[in-house]
Amino acid sequence: MTGTELDGAGLDGAGLDGTELDGNALAGPLREVFAVELTAARGTCAGCGRSGPLAEARVYARAPGLVARCPGCAAVLLRLVAGPDRTWLDLRGLAVIEVPTGQ
Amino acid sequence: MAGTAVLGRLTWRVADVVSAVAETASARTLVLDVPGWAGHQPGQHVDLRLTAADGYSTQRSFSIANAAAGSRVELTVQRVAGGEVSTYLVDEVRAGDQIELRGPVGGYFVWRPEWTDPVLLLAGGSGIVPLMAIARARAAAPAPAPARLVYSVRRAEDVIYAAELRRRAAEDGLAVTYAYTRAAPPGWTGRPGRVDAALLAEAGWPPAAGPLCYVCGPTAFVEAMADLLVAAGHAPTRVRTERFG
Repeated sequence: MTGTELDGAGLDGAGLDGTELDGNALAGPLREVFAVELTAARGTCAGCGRSGPLAEARVYARAPGLVARCPGCAAVLLRLVAGPDRTWLDLRGLAVIEVPTGQ
Repeated sequence: MAGTAVLGRLTWRVADVVSAVAETASARTLVLDVPGWAGHQPGQHVDLRLTAADGYSTQRSFSIANAAAGSRVELTVQRVAGGEVSTYLVDEVRAGDQIELRGPVGGYFVWRPEWTDPVLLLAGGSGIVPLMAIARARAAAPAPAPARLVYSVRRAEDVIYAAELRRRAAEDGLAVTYAYTRAAPPGWTGRPGRVDAALLAEAGWPPAAGPLCYVCGPTAFVEAMADLLVAAGHAPTRVRTERFG
């Protein structure tokens, strides 16, 4: 998959191929790891301190994994690599994750 | 919008392609049957995984187009020139095929029919798909929230669900406004060109109405629209975005 395969509109589904997506694209890969939806959870960037829903992170997908960046300062929030039988998740760029629990 | 149930982890499962329905010259709806599907919320999506004979596999996310209906999952796919996945899904997939699918996923870009705040649906191109799921679920709600759709396309022939949107405008009280960015249809007297602040002021909700805004489409469109909405006074937390890349 290369960027040359896409036209400017990038409407080939939300492509895991380098186009700029947002944190909604993390929903599936994160649900393979966690039993709860995390894209609505609020993350705090360890770089600049900005917080917001993970769904609003800027996500880039280049093999072998996904990178989510802070929409404010572009620092890496998380990296995810999904292998055949395991997923690696580097969350160093997220200082805090706030997850709603219960009602 | 708090409180997600603990569901256990999610992984890939197999969906059966039941039928395929042409929507426009470049878009098609795939009707899938997913055994054991427990339903989905409007706005959620699925990931599809396609594997070639040589083992090469690729994944894409697609918004679910239908309101939850048993084990039926509908995906509307827009063919993108040179896009290997979209071309395959629009031109090659047949009834009887099977596709690997993971979902439903998405806890942010979702709407619930029991919510009563006014809704603004702002679609760019194939960004209409999850917003149509919202419109369809809304139509079945006992006390549907007031809803307005602003749908930006290049040309009239790019409009997906055109006939259904006419029907919903007439029967469901869904206000529908189009923006044609390249070529308007003959005889059209609306505003020309892209969605701008003036069009949103006219066709959307004022911030004082406290709407929930859902913006979906290409990244540049979503960012421009979100900026316009916030500049108009909508709270950022009331603007939900989904970028298709």
